[in-house]
Amino acid sequence: MKDHKDPESSGEAQSMETRPTTMKKGKGQAALGRDIQAKIGQQLRSYYDALIEPTPDKFSELLKELDKQGGKGSSE
Amino acid sequence: MSLDPTIRDQILAAVPSLRAFAISLSGNVDRADDLVQETLLRALANIHSFQPGTNMPAWLFTILRNLFRSEYRKRRREVEDADGSYAETLKTHPEQTSHVEFKEFSVALSKLPEDQREALILIGASGFSYEEAAEICGCAVGTIKSRVNRARTRLANILNIENPNDFGPDRTTRAVLTGDDVA
Repeated sequence: MKDHKDPESSGEAQSMETRPTTMKKGKGQAALGRDIQAKIGQQLRSYYDALIEPTPDKFSELLKELDKQGGKGSSE
Repeated sequence: MSLDPTIRDQILAAVPSLRAFAISLSGNVDRADDLVQETLLRALANIHSFQPGTNMPAWLFTILRNLFRSEYRKRRREVEDADGSYAETLKTHPEQTSHVEFKEFSVALSKLPEDQREALILIGASGFSYEEAAEICGCAVGTIKSRVNRARTRLANILNIENPNDFGPDRTTRAVLTGDDVA
């Protein structure tokens, strides 16, 4: 594992450096700095977005199919 | 009775995010697709219990999470201690975003305890409020908050996200402060 990110991916991290970082301690738990939270948040969203992109069509087909079956009176 | 088109559209609109959530939970696209399919079956079978005007995504996420949990109890997550196998099982490899970063993040995520992972994803990615996430997970709002905080701290440690200007304490000291294991 590497200790640093490649310079290309840290473009937005630079602007965050200028922001003040708070590290408050409450109830014995240290909160993460805001810029670190932002970095994790951004990575999490791009991870999730990547999973969303290739959603297959089969689910809308399935829903149509189920709807047809439901129309034949399975539920009250 | 046939499905109200509005309801059907609401369900369909929620599917992409629901599926992304399922992949994040199971670490496996095929299992995720099964989970989504099963969720849709259950949802339609119980559609009369859905109150129109209430939160469709939250309702579907609750069903999917419960399904995953009941399955999870039967067979434990095979890739809990994954050393990369988690990311390997994902067929989706987005070339536009950094492949390495995606993979690194997937692996880091797989190292989180189940509770923390789902809380973090619901709040940080799926776009639910703390109240909604608490409802989906069947726990208190405060519990969700602390899980999300612990998940972030742990991820920061695993991913080595730090800025030398930001912290006095080194990694070990910080781990002690936060009560986390040094990875």
